[in-house]
Amino acid sequence: MREHRGASESDLETIASREYKYGFVTDIEADSIPAGLSEDVIRLISAKKGEPEWLLEWRLKAYRHWLTMTEPEWANVTYPPVDYQDIVYYSAPKKPKEISSLDEVDPELLRTYDKLGISLNEQKRLEGVAVDAVFDSVSVATTFKKTLSEKGIIFGSFSDAVKEHPDLVRKYLGSVVPSSDNFFAALNSAVFSDGSFCYIPKNVRCPMELSTYFRINAANTGQFERTLIVAEEGSYVSYLEGCTAPMRDTNQLHAAVVELVALDNAQIKYSTVQNWYPGDAEGRGGIYNFVTKRGACRGVNAKISWTQVETGSAITWKYPSVILQGDNSVGEFYSVAVTNNRQQADTGTKMIHIGRNTKSTIVSKGISGGRSNNSYRGLVKIGKNAVNARNFSQCDSLLLGDRCGAHTFPYIEAKNTTSRVEHEASTSKIGEDQIFYCKQRGLSAEDAVNIIVNGFCKEVFRELPMEFAVEAQKLLGISLEGSVG
Amino acid sequence: MLHVKNLHASVAGNEILRGVDLDVGRGEIHAIMGPNGSGKSTLAQVLAGREAYEVTAGEVTYNGKELLPMAPEERSREGIFLAFQYPVEIPGVSNTYFLKAALNSIRKHRGEEEYDAADFLALLKERMKLVDLDPALLNRPVNEGFSGGEKKRNEIFQMAVLQPTLAILDETDSGLDIDALRIVADGVNRLRDPERSVIVVTHYQRLLNYIVPDVVHVLVEGRIVRSGGRELALELEEKGYDWLREGAVVGK
Repeated sequence: MREHRGASESDLETIASREYKYGFVTDIEADSIPAGLSEDVIRLISAKKGEPEWLLEWRLKAYRHWLTMTEPEWANVTYPPVDYQDIVYYSAPKKPKEISSLDEVDPELLRTYDKLGISLNEQKRLEGVAVDAVFDSVSVATTFKKTLSEKGIIFGSFSDAVKEHPDLVRKYLGSVVPSSDNFFAALNSAVFSDGSFCYIPKNVRCPMELSTYFRINAANTGQFERTLIVAEEGSYVSYLEGCTAPMRDTNQLHAAVVELVALDNAQIKYSTVQNWYPGDAEGRGGIYNFVTKRGACRGVNAKISWTQVETGSAITWKYPSVILQGDNSVGEFYSVAVTNNRQQADTGTKMIHIGRNTKSTIVSKGISGGRSNNSYRGLVKIGKNAVNARNFSQCDSLLLGDRCGAHTFPYIEAKNTTSRVEHEASTSKIGEDQIFYCKQRGLSAEDAVNIIVNGFCKEVFRELPMEFAVEAQKLLGISLEGSVG
Repeated sequence: MLHVKNLHASVAGNEILRGVDLDVGRGEIHAIMGPNGSGKSTLAQVLAGREAYEVTAGEVTYNGKELLPMAPEERSREGIFLAFQYPVEIPGVSNTYFLKAALNSIRKHRGEEEYDAADFLALLKERMKLVDLDPALLNRPVNEGFSGGEKKRNEIFQMAVLQPTLAILDETDSGLDIDALRIVADGVNRLRDPERSVIVVTHYQRLLNYIVPDVVHVLVEGRIVRSGGRELALELEEKGYDWLREGAVVGK
């Protein structure tokens, strides 16, 4: 007779090992510059993009500052030193000079996005979602531009915005994340190649979800995009971001900067599903995702919400933050971070309370499997004038198996006695009894883990826009997928 | 429909079941009684396929199929249901969602069409009546924050939805007051069916006042030492288990 092994531990192991579905490479002719970083390279990038002088100067200033900085070492991650001279800082698919419609976009590119489930064809695209597609260093297409412009909404590539709306870009660029903010933000400021720009005029409620889909394709190339979203008084926008990359044996650097500005009574909801290639089971390859994301609630009653589902990347280093300047402004951070195999994540948020009656909420769900390491790092800072500031933080960790790590680093600095800060934390292990219970009800081990993990993440998923929530749940399923042995 | 022959099982090297023989016919209700530590719950768990128990010898056929090589989820899909002594909590997962996933995986196995949301809800409403389940519990996470009685009632509700051909109730009466016990027992009785067999594992005979068994077995030290009709349970209540320990005579 066949003996029944103690399957649960190995079930978890294999379920925790993932299959990456987006690992294909697009064969497309690219305009790439040689690897290496210098002032000349920055001048070359700027020239290729036909940028105004002020922007080149801004880049050079950032670069010179970057040279004086050292890579941060405080995060709970380890990786061999990055050779910044071995990275290609600009790579773009070759294309005819001006593209006025999708018909002129390389069909190979359109097929790539179709394969990723992102149709750039407006007829086929989901009603109510406008997409900006960024391929390696440049934006290749933006849908629904016309519909949006009728409302005065500007949405498109960063490069176009520099050309078409230089005053707006100049006013807000670097105003939330200064070019000297940190090592990776300074590097990005020096070499950023494209990204998305979004401007919502006064009292306009953006009629559709805006979305940017980032794809790294070329080898040895870094992706350094910048996103800038400005919501004028009384406006509202919901913005989605998705990311994938091919499977490669070498590590690739992604150092992005996202800046959000919300003025009086404005609201920005920013959602991310990050699925960069995580590397293989042995930890070979994968994206280093070193990202600076920050929003400023500049006006009264402004609100910024970050929701992130982080399943990819070999290493994640990011802390989407909110500066609560305006009185009564609100900051929110909802996060699911999944790490498997040899992945490492050090992620969390900073809530900086400056104005009166400011409120922030932090809900972080960390899931670790394999030999991965998952850390929550968060700062809640209450300034001396932040009368009646409130924060609630909840950090829960779920362990799949016993070779992974979960860590919580909450920092609290309160300089106002009327403020109230609450922090709750829990760590649990997915139980053999839970899995057996599910199996006894007919569910496979995979479905069992999926259901248990989805339940664990529920508070975060319900913050995502509908289609994204479905995508996130599926992604979590894929991330935890594997043959049950 | 269930034939257990010379079943031996151990956990962490300790032999708990030492040669269990048991035959359950279609539509019959069997009670398995015994003192604490006699192996009653182990038998229930082994039949359901819990991996922590190692089967070292014996054979089990269920509906003509070899049961022991089947994974726990296959057994469930083949119609075996275990009502847990300690139902497990699954935070964040609604009872409805969980049951729909469970039922659909069983239906898929049988080659039946999966339920859509509306049909499933109608089914739930109908089956809820069998156990007087508070409708609010449907949208609450599985067993989370349920009282002891609610958890046990929820198990029988799940049984009502999944409609097993063999239900194993593992100490379903433990921790229930007399009213809750009656509700749970009524639910089980309403689910009596000529096609459905039930194994009731219990320490006390009081449950058997409500769920009347066809056969009562006494499990002592990992073996069934005596089997009989309902009156055996009453005899046990009067005399306790000690008189069966000595010699462990097998009688029919």
